[in-house]
Amino acid sequence: MTSAVAGELSAELRGFREVQSLAYECAEAVAAQLKPGVTEREAARMQREWLRERGVRDWFHLPFAWFGDRTAFAGFRVPLQFFPTRRELEPGMPFILDMAPVHKGFTADIGYSGCLGLNPVHDKLLADLEAHRELILREVRERRPLREIYEDVDRLMVRQGYANRHRAYPFGVIAHKVGRVKERRLSPHLFGFGTQSLKGLASDAIHGHRDGWSPLWSPYKFSDHPPQKGLWAVEPHLGFRGTGAKFEEILVVTDSKDPEQSAFWLDDDLPHVRRWAEERAAA
Amino acid sequence: MTTGAGAEKATEKVTGTEGGAGKMKGARERWVRTGGVELCVAELGDPERPTVLLVHGYPDSKEVWTEVAERLADRFHVVLYDVRGHGRSTAPQPLRGGFTLEKLTDDFMAVVDAVSPDEPVHVVGHDWGSVQSWEFVTVKRTEGRIASFTSMSGPSLDHFGHWIKKRVSRPTPRKVGQLLGQGAKSWYVYLLHTPVLPELAWRGPLGKRWPRILQRVEKVPAGDYPTPSLPQDAAHGAWLYRDNVRARLRRPRADAYAHAPVQLITPSGDAFLSERLYDGLEQWAPGLVRRTLPAKHWVPRTRPDQLAAWIGEFVTANEHGMPAKESMATGKYADRFGGQLVLVTGAGSGIGRATAFAFAEAGARVVAVDRDAESAARTAELSRLIGAPEAWGETVDVADEQAMEKLAEKVAREFGVVDVLVNNAGIGLSGSFLDTSAEDWKKVLDVNLWGVIHGCRLFGRQMAERGQGGHIVNTASAAAYQPSKALPAYSTSKAAVLMLSECLRAELAGQGIGVSAICPGFVNTNITSTSRFVGVDTAEEQRRQKRTARLYGLRNYPPEKVADAILRAVVRNEALVPVTPEARGAHLMSRFMPRALRAIARLEPPL
Repeated sequence: MTSAVAGELSAELRGFREVQSLAYECAEAVAAQLKPGVTEREAARMQREWLRERGVRDWFHLPFAWFGDRTAFAGFRVPLQFFPTRRELEPGMPFILDMAPVHKGFTADIGYSGCLGLNPVHDKLLADLEAHRELILREVRERRPLREIYEDVDRLMVRQGYANRHRAYPFGVIAHKVGRVKERRLSPHLFGFGTQSLKGLASDAIHGHRDGWSPLWSPYKFSDHPPQKGLWAVEPHLGFRGTGAKFEEILVVTDSKDPEQSAFWLDDDLPHVRRWAEERAAA
Repeated sequence: MTTGAGAEKATEKVTGTEGGAGKMKGARERWVRTGGVELCVAELGDPERPTVLLVHGYPDSKEVWTEVAERLADRFHVVLYDVRGHGRSTAPQPLRGGFTLEKLTDDFMAVVDAVSPDEPVHVVGHDWGSVQSWEFVTVKRTEGRIASFTSMSGPSLDHFGHWIKKRVSRPTPRKVGQLLGQGAKSWYVYLLHTPVLPELAWRGPLGKRWPRILQRVEKVPAGDYPTPSLPQDAAHGAWLYRDNVRARLRRPRADAYAHAPVQLITPSGDAFLSERLYDGLEQWAPGLVRRTLPAKHWVPRTRPDQLAAWIGEFVTANEHGMPAKESMATGKYADRFGGQLVLVTGAGSGIGRATAFAFAEAGARVVAVDRDAESAARTAELSRLIGAPEAWGETVDVADEQAMEKLAEKVAREFGVVDVLVNNAGIGLSGSFLDTSAEDWKKVLDVNLWGVIHGCRLFGRQMAERGQGGHIVNTASAAAYQPSKALPAYSTSKAAVLMLSECLRAELAGQGIGVSAICPGFVNTNITSTSRFVGVDTAEEQRRQKRTARLYGLRNYPPEKVADAILRAVVRNEALVPVTPEARGAHLMSRFMPRALRAIARLEPPL
């Protein structure tokens, strides 16, 4: 996996990287505190408080937490079901923490999958996500239409024996654009989404609509365009019989001619990437 | 058969040298004296191994267990005894009052002390053997002498008493229905309470005809069972009912809690005991393990393989020093498919893969067969992760007769006889009849029809020869009854599969083998992108494949739901199962408004 070396990153990308690693730090800190009996709401609150203490005032979306078969969005029909519930964590249960803090005007959107104790199915899912991270980067560098990349990810999931669960997200997106957000004194949110970020997304959608692209990376016709320059929060989500796993991190797409520089993951020092490296080292 | 360390005891002798009823091949026999009777005890296997004690029912003797005992003897120290008054054990004098559960418990303790003085035993009871074993496992004085109990077709009389009381005291329509249902099934209990008549019948015409009745009604295979002592056993055994039933049902013990782990095996076709009898049994036996078997009452004769497997697994799990291994199988039908061997063709993707996973979740051992080696192996790997104790991937093209024959041989040799066969592999072909070449026809029929024929022929024969039931599922299609001008070859092949299934079902019904045809409808699988479209050029074919895949994706009916329907069809032994709403609608139309269906057949598909 290649990404730009830290020194080469512009100040702007450094800002995004800092908030992304802060968010992953939060996920790891909260995951370490999870124990049997903790509810999804409590886990979501823990994330919120941890980040507020470190200066986060605005959100792309408020933290989510899903436990057990809710990690695979089992039986989800309406978007309200994404919000944290009173479900309690049990030993062996998989969980996903998903948060999108805005810090100093930079947005991150991350997803962290884990499980409480042993869960071989979850481990397998997490290991198999690596192929998706590679596939997405490769095809974005090839400048394939986003809709086709989406279908290729879908096919890989089916070949692996899994179900595509990012299909359950609003518009079935596998990714969406994120950007700078103006810092305001007040940061209201609407259905869990920060209004500033929604505004940014809406303005992208309007501009994109004129130029034939969309800030939402979906299986639909409006995503039938080559990768658009900017920052994309990519979140492939695998589901397998009541167990779900995902990662979410920022993919930087530039208009560079050099394929290596045309697209790269913002940061390779993330829990899931480290985990794959450790597994390879152990094998 | 191993002869163990304790083989030289004074009262033991290896039978075969002595004539008479009830001798068992290779068994060591001894006599245990207790409470004025002499019990005939037979032992097989190494006495150093865990002891499994098999208790027979009414009107049987220990020989009812021969098939099961032989299958357990290589792993366990198997002990059988004739209950007092049955087989070669002597009867108490007088008979009245000689068969109370207290006295039967005395007998049990005497046998256990003789065959396994130091270690607790694993008890297995069938019918009245199970009724008395429930007594053994719920009374104080046997505590520490029983390591586990496997019950089949025999409830505890105390639990039964409470079951009745609960339903009589709060009679809702459902509870009354349950009471009446079991009341009707217990007709023979009332008859056995009449004086003298049962004895006369058993010693007279009924005793003579009983073996044939068992064969015809209960499908018990002919052989060395029942033994010639049957009229005597049945006449004496009537006192089991007379001494215990009324007393216990009227005043059931309130403390009848099992002090050992219990496994309950319920034959779903039992003519004498309702499945509802075991509702809420967890209250009396915490951690109860449930198993369900599609069979009639005499399972030790009709399903010895399955019983031996379940008993062996349960005994091993509860043996001392072994950590009680928690079963991973969490599926809805884990009681029915646990440990069974399931073979699925076309298991590398789509419905086949989802079906393999569903069976794996129910604890079945899975053989995943597919043309593509990698995806078959992948299915097997994931199956092991979600509950299959064992799973294998096999690479075979179902259209290849010789390859299928080899597969059948290999499976029988290495994994055993298949309990559930799912003939699922299939390919799609679309295009008008006049554009379909003979070669195209051959390809479709080879996979879709001949694949099913080979599967049924080879594995169906193995099932029939084993004679212990089984089930065959054939994946047909809604196209089997919904004509379409776009799918002549595919529909023809699937209609043939449907009729084949129906005929086979009729043929195999007598052997306890069920056959189901599944008609899924539009299901979101990759059959769309591998289907061929004849009569158009390659570019157009690719466009149509893509377009169909998208349409199926929009419909988005998940293959997991079809897999659920397949498991349900096996459990309920359903003949024809349309799955998606459109498949069900088309099926209804094919029966009640076929002209409308024919009109639909003329429509051009939106490709």
